[in-house]
Order: sequence, then structure tokens, then C-alpha cells
Amino acid sequence: MGAKVITVTSGKGGVGKTTATANLGVSLARLGKKVVLIDADVGLRNLDIVMGLENRIVYDLVDVVEGRCQLRQAMIKHKQFPDLFLIPAAQTRDKTAISPADMIQITDKLRPEFDYILIDSPAGIERGFRNAVAPADEVLIVTNPEVSAVRDADRIIGLLEANNKGPAKLIINRVNPDMVRRGEMMSADDVTDILAIKLIGIVPEDEHVIPASNSGIPVTLNENSRAGAAFRNIARRLTGENVPFLPMNDSVGFFQRLARLFTGQGE
Amino acid sequence: MTVAIKGIKEGLLVTLPEGEEWQTMIADLAERLDQQIAFFAGARILLDVGARPVTKHELTSLKALLERRDLALWAVLSDSDTTIEVAQALDLKTSTANVIPGRDTSEGSEVSPEEDGTAGVMIKRTLRSGRIVHSDGHVVVLGDVNPGAEIVAAGDVIVWGRLRGTVHAGASGDENAVVCALDMTPTQLRIAGHIVISPPDKRRRPKPEMALVRDSQIVVEPWHEDKEGLWARR
Ligand SMILES: Nc1ncnc2c1ncn2[C@@H]1O[C@H](COP(=O)(O)OP(=O)(O)O)[C@@H](O)[C@H]1O
Ligand SMILES: [Mg+2]
Repeated sequence: MGAKVITVTSGKGGVGKTTATANLGVSLARLGKKVVLIDADVGLRNLDIVMGLENRIVYDLVDVVEGRCQLRQAMIKHKQFPDLFLIPAAQTRDKTAISPADMIQITDKLRPEFDYILIDSPAGIERGFRNAVAPADEVLIVTNPEVSAVRDADRIIGLLEANNKGPAKLIINRVNPDMVRRGEMMSADDVTDILAIKLIGIVPEDEHVIPASNSGIPVTLNENSRAGAAFRNIARRLTGENVPFLPMNDSVGFFQRLARLFTGQGE
Repeated sequence: MTVAIKGIKEGLLVTLPEGEEWQTMIADLAERLDQQIAFFAGARILLDVGARPVTKHELTSLKALLERRDLALWAVLSDSDTTIEVAQALDLKTSTANVIPGRDTSEGSEVSPEEDGTAGVMIKRTLRSGRIVHSDGHVVVLGDVNPGAEIVAAGDVIVWGRLRGTVHAGASGDENAVVCALDMTPTQLRIAGHIVISPPDKRRRPKPEMALVRDSQIVVEPWHEDKEGLWARR
């Protein structure tokens, strides 16, 4: 019925959940989809900043849950895309102000009117994470090609599986192809070899991302950005389109390189 | 009398003392579990309530309390018909005979490993990071053991998949314990009191191997068709 609820989560903080949520939201809206973004990172809201909508906030998610406003009133319409909305997180409250049941109720109200509901999850595996995944039809795991981020992603995937929320799909963010080529960074294959879930996108490290976030214009609106192009491709894959992966040559993997160093075969 | 928690090969045996207030005992149990949550997480629970009649509400809320701690209530042992009925209605095992043969002989773990060499837990999925499995018997995993996952078994550990996490076989001191895997690249492998880490060049074509203790040292041997030789040497 109606919208598909997609939660973006990671375990580790700072890997690019908010960046991914904002860019996928904008990309889906550009494809003509009706989209609402929910910032479930209560207490540490920042999806509104990345979306450039901070100055329009009147009500937030906690106001909706606690009945201080109608759901409609907390939905901020995007400046450029009239079918793209944001429900911001509360700045001052903690995650316990909201329950998983509240999230299910809110998304159920939104489902008939939208094509996609994207939920930006907080880091960690506690209440905020459970709130964010409770209503999910599909979960996107964002990770970086780093051992510690992959470890946390693996943990999250295990928790999702235990709660029958799988199978999640994987976004590997901040890949530096040069470093991968030199064997200094895990390749996409190294990451999927451990996580063993379906890969839906590889987003390169891109210096356009930070200024775009700062100015509130998600990077996917910049046609020159490689990260932006990667997010557009992920959005198309979410709609069911079969989009081939941009080639990222990594003939020698990180672990192979490591092995060589240890066995004295290093270059 | 306090709540007794004991690892047995079927899982964690929780024995509630007779004559104590239910709420008090449950609070005590919760506190004890929370203190060692990392150790217990993922275990299944056998609850021995003795002759006490337990209501459906009490059992349901206990089950939820355990689930919040990532523990599954699996069996309820009781001499009370009411309790047994309630437990069965909740789809829990109740038959003492096939759950714990030694329940009435107080110390169940005296049974020698040789005699129930086949007892253990079977895990039919990949153990991901953060998962910890403890067993007083053997552990069989049908799936991978990822980095960050941990298995501690008094007996043997068999991984039908890639072993990349941490594993301790013969954890109570059994030097005859073995670890088998289709791809043996554990973060750390222990058998009884011995310990090895994988050499970093282990990224090669996976092959089935078995780790065992020989001359006070862990050795890893490939499985081959001449397996008679391999087993005969033990
Ligand atoms: N592909 C990328 N290239 C460069 N910087 C990135 C990329 N993705 C995210 N970042 C930056 O990384 C930081 C953390 O991203 P954010 O989306 O806030 O992570 P999270 O929501 O997971 O905590 C931000 O400063 C963001 O601009
Ligand atoms: Mg964030």
C-alpha cells in the first residue's frame, strides 16, 4: 500500500547516512517521485541543514508524537521540489521521546500519499536505531571502506536479520579509487566479501560533498560531482531500474596488498 | 536462596529458588544477567521453577524481559501442572526427560564428554560481528563466523563456512578439542590453554582445515581424502 519506507542506517557515526538520505531524497524527487524524509536522529538533528531547510522549521517529529501539531504542520516542503518534504528531528529532546510504535503510526499515515519515505537513522544500536528501523520495508546500510565501519555494519546487519528486517542493501561511501588501486583501502569486493549483502551503490570520496552540505544544496544537484552521480544511480536502482555500476578498477585488493607486505613481497 | 544460573550443554539453566517472591526473583535474575550480558547474549534459557505454579502473565513478561536481553526462553521445567500448561500454551518445551536427562541428579555436568560427544548447539546462519556463542558442548555453524564474532565451546567447533572471528575450543581445558572450518582464517584461535593468530598471508584459495593440539602446540592441517591418517594420529 502506497509508499515504500526505506531506513538509512550504519552502526558507526559519521559514515554518510545523512548525506545519503538527503541525496537519495532529492534524486528520487527529481525522478518525479513523491518523497518525505524523516530525521529520526532526535537530539542531533542535521538533515534539515543538509537539505537547506533549517530556517523553515516550526514543528518537529516530537511535536507530532506528543500531539502539539498535526503531522501536516511538521512537514516542510522543499524549495525546489514541491513533492519533496522533510519532517525534522527535535533539537532538544532525547530519543526516548519517541517509540518504535510512534514511528510505525506516523509512516502509516504518510504511506497513502507518497512513493518513498526515507528515514535517517542515528548511529548506534539503541532506541534511536530501533525507532528508525521499526517501520522499514527496506534498510540501506551505509559504510565506509574501513575495517571499523565494516565491523559495525556487520553487527547492524546481524541485528536486522535477528528481527526479520533483512535483507538489507549496502552503500559503500567515501571510496577513494586511487587508494584502492594502491592497495591502501579496502575495495568494494573486500567489503561485500565480509558483509555478504546486496550492494546497491558505491559512492566515491568527493570534495564537492562538504560544501554542498554546508550550503544546503545536496551534492546530487551538482552535475559535475561524481558522488552526486553515484547517488542518482542508487536512487534509480531503488526504483527498480537496472543501472550498471560505474567501473572502479581494483585489481589488487587491500588484503592482498597487506598479505604482500607481511610476506615481504611489498612493492 | 538466590537464583542459580548455570551453563549446561543445552543452554543456560536458570533455577528459581522455592518460596521466594516471584517479582523479587525476577529482579534478581535481571540484575545478574545484566552484569554478564556479553557472556550470556544469544543463549537459550531453560527455566526450572520447581513446584511453583506460574501464571501466563508472569511467564510472558519474563519471556519479554529475556528477549530484551537477546536471550530466548526455550524450556520451562516444572513439577506443577499449571506451569506446564502455561508453558506449553506459549510453545515452550517442558519435558524434563528429553531436555535435561540429569535434572534430578543435581549436577548435570558430571557426565563425561566422551559419553555425550554429540551434544552441542547448531547455528544455521552466519555469525556476524558482536555475536557471542557459549556452549558447554560442541558448536556447529552452518555459515560464516565473521570478524568480531566469538565462539567459546567446551567441546569442538565445526564451521561449515569461513572462520574469521575468534574461536576457543576445549575452553574448559580439553586438549583433544578440535576446530574445523572450510576456510580457516580466524582472528584468534584457542584450544584449551593454547593460542594462535592467523598469519596475515591467509588470503588464498580457501581449503578445509582442522586445527588441533599436538606437542603442546596448535597445528592446522588440511583435510584430504586420506582422512583416516589424520584421525588415526589423534
Ligand atoms: N562521499 C563523500 N565524500 C566526501 N565527504 C563526505 C562523503 N559522504 C559524507 N561526507 C562527509 O562526511 C561527514 C559525515 O557525513 P554524514 O552524512 O553527516 O554522516 P552520518 O549521518 O552517518 O553521521 C560530513 O561532513 C559529510 O559531508
Ligand atoms: Mg547523521
